[in-house]
Amino acid sequence: MKPISKSVPKIDHCAKTRGLAEYVCDYDATGMLYGRILRSKHAKADVLSINLPAMPEGYDFIDHRRIPGLNRVHIVQDDTPVFAERTVEYIGDPIGIIVGPEEREVDRLLACIEVEYDILTPEFDARKSPVAFFEYGYEKGDIAIAFAHADRIYEESFETGRQEQMYLETNGMIAEYAQGKMLVHGTMQCPYYVHTAVAEATGLLPEDVIIAQDVTGGGFGGKEDYPSVLACQAAVAAYVTGKPVRVVLSRREDVEFTSKRHPAFCDIKAAVKDGRVTAMQIEAVYDAGAYTTMTPVVLQRGVIAGGGVYSIENLKVKGEARKTNTVPSGAFRGFGGPQMFFAVEMMMSHIAKDLGEDPLDFKLAHTAKLGDATSTSGMHHFNVPLPAMMDEVAQACDYRRKKEAYADQQGRLRKGIAMSAVYHGAGFTGIGERDIIKAVVRLRKDKDGYAEILVANTDIGQGLSTAFTKIVAQELGLPFDRVIIKLPDTGRVPNSGPTVASRSVMVVGELLRRAAARLKDEWLDGEEQVIEERYVHPDFMITFDIDKFQGDAYPTFSWAATAVEVEVDTFTGDIRILGAWGSYDIGTPIDENIAVGQMEGGLVQSLGYGMMESIAAVNGRIRNNSFSDYLIPTAVDFPAVDVSLHVEEYPEGPYGAKGAGELPLVGGAPATIEAIENAIGVKLSKTPFLPEDVVKALY
Amino acid sequence: MPAGINFNLNGNEMLYTGSPEARLLDVLRDEYRMTGTKCGCREGECGACSVIIDGKLANSCLVAMGSIDGSGVTTIEGYSKTARFAALDKAYESVSAVQCGFCIPGMILASECILAATPHPTEDEIRTGISGNLCRCTGYNAIVKAIGIAAEEGDGLW
Ligand code: FES
Ligand code: FES
Repeated sequence: MKPISKSVPKIDHCAKTRGLAEYVCDYDATGMLYGRILRSKHAKADVLSINLPAMPEGYDFIDHRRIPGLNRVHIVQDDTPVFAERTVEYIGDPIGIIVGPEEREVDRLLACIEVEYDILTPEFDARKSPVAFFEYGYEKGDIAIAFAHADRIYEESFETGRQEQMYLETNGMIAEYAQGKMLVHGTMQCPYYVHTAVAEATGLLPEDVIIAQDVTGGGFGGKEDYPSVLACQAAVAAYVTGKPVRVVLSRREDVEFTSKRHPAFCDIKAAVKDGRVTAMQIEAVYDAGAYTTMTPVVLQRGVIAGGGVYSIENLKVKGEARKTNTVPSGAFRGFGGPQMFFAVEMMMSHIAKDLGEDPLDFKLAHTAKLGDATSTSGMHHFNVPLPAMMDEVAQACDYRRKKEAYADQQGRLRKGIAMSAVYHGAGFTGIGERDIIKAVVRLRKDKDGYAEILVANTDIGQGLSTAFTKIVAQELGLPFDRVIIKLPDTGRVPNSGPTVASRSVMVVGELLRRAAARLKDEWLDGEEQVIEERYVHPDFMITFDIDKFQGDAYPTFSWAATAVEVEVDTFTGDIRILGAWGSYDIGTPIDENIAVGQMEGGLVQSLGYGMMESIAAVNGRIRNNSFSDYLIPTAVDFPAVDVSLHVEEYPEGPYGAKGAGELPLVGGAPATIEAIENAIGVKLSKTPFLPEDVVKALY
Repeated sequence: MPAGINFNLNGNEMLYTGSPEARLLDVLRDEYRMTGTKCGCREGECGACSVIIDGKLANSCLVAMGSIDGSGVTTIEGYSKTARFAALDKAYESVSAVQCGFCIPGMILASECILAATPHPTEDEIRTGISGNLCRCTGYNAIVKAIGIAAEEGDGLW
């Protein structure tokens, strides 16, 4: 490990263990109005009338008619309204906000509002939905010829579920409007996303809007798009009433009405010649829900992952995101990748087994290598360390011995083991960093020689503020406590881009490293200095054409090999995880403990995606909206996961670092499902797989 | 009608005169402005609101004020002044067990209850002891490790 990887105490540690860190719900609400959202009770309907109860003095109801700016929440597109105008598109679609000084009274009034609806026909099945929000695709080689010459052709359909981020701190915002200035602060990943949205919804000039991040209790993508919606609603209410407005969602509200991982359906047709896959044709449908939110970008990432980690010469991939009248799908760690990787990994394992080859060997034989073309006809510019990583994991979990031992089981309890290989493309897709994000970072040194980091990226628990501090301190040769980083607020920090796409350390961290190197060169004792760095696109990249999906979608990849061992009770369907092993290449870890903690947490979430976590939407209504019916892993559900880091340095990242946060969520589900499949001897094609699914599969 | 509810909070005698139906969580956070105790669900499912009542871990969102008359309540604000906290804090820090932090005050109090009952717990005992405290960030490895380290390094404290 490099010196920088040596762990240090996290800079947010002390405040958090002592309960002193101030999350948005911890602000003193004296003098604030409480806000609660009036939501549609129907999946699709026209709102005919809203009948309010008698409103006591100081209470107000605000709907779309009183929005000072545009009735839209700018996310990627502008179709999400702040408040529905006529047609509501999902159960929970916001119609208005009720505000007032007493929380209980606000709740009582909310319950008394009568909305008259004209109920319309909703669509819940993405496969049948006539509305495709987005459609992307690409082709390489010639699949027609490959299929014509194939020895065998395989066809299968795969399905992945709706997963909830379930960060421990629910979404919340406080908006204050005074003297023509709007301040909105709360729990969020991307202050500048919120900034753009709030300026448009309030009609205020960008310079009159300040967005500040509070200490954030987890995000995992769930605080990428949704905070823009809530911030607009709170800001509109603050603007109209002239009072500070606080909206903190209850757990059930948060689970039911904020965005989740897209459920997906994926059909794959594969050609095999001489025992190797020569072509794949992939058609995926992602369920976008009622509005587009982050869907175009999620779908792009999913489509690019077509073909998985393998070099498949002839490839045709098409993905569609279709509208349904359910809660909008959005960003969730992995961001479209887990759905596609699940399908490709299962497909590869199924073909291997049919051909009588061990899936691990079969996968190794197809794995992409340095210099190979990527799915989108870009190039693997750097070594692909998967073979070594898969071998490390195979050793750690004793894969081959167990595989043999579990080959022929007859008893009630049966074991299975399996391994997946996946990647996460680090940074924004394609030319997003260059053409859309255009990150800017600043370092400000004061007269006393303290350097302050000025960036918009947020520490949401992943350790970013510690990582940034380490990079700058190391480069400047300053002790850790001479580098300052505060919670970002758009009035003070430049737009270094959103905290998404596992880009923060790799892209923003590198800009900070460069800024620090320059500051060191230009250092003047006793003077204030400001150094600014702007994003520079790596020149080795084959420019990505977003219309054709051709070129380098990512500068480099982070790699993961994940093995899962299960024991299945064939009487009850109970699935027990006996072990989970992951080898992760995120380049140089900027802090070993932090990196390992990210991998462990992500791996456990991905096991949840494999065998526990399933949002049940029945006719657009989310049935399981609490911790008691949407189960996430507890400390006793799985044994300690076994994580190791495999370092393949990326020369354009700070000290060789690549993207980290999302990677561990990608590979757990396919390994889990194949392990269950190997245990029970029944071919499986969906995640998550719950005990009732086991029983159904067996009997 | 009794004059109010008497209880001890972090070593201080308190007289609470509000509704006995109020939740301890709300009273701590809203009336006493002690916001180290977090609210993750208000339904007794997540453990973010954990406090120690008469030596036992409790979800304060499910505790009615009327039920704590005569009891002793410890929250993170009080516990963080103790030597035992210092040992746990150091152990959590050494393995970077704190990510978003929202579960952590509750987790630390759960750790205290484990070690108070079993000064040298096995990994299984640690996992069972924190099984009512959900953490979405860490996957629990680091927290489990930290509690084990605190037990070793803080030998004699429990
Ligand atoms: S807030 Fe009390 S258990 Fe979740
Ligand atoms: S550290 Fe985030 S929930 Fe535990």
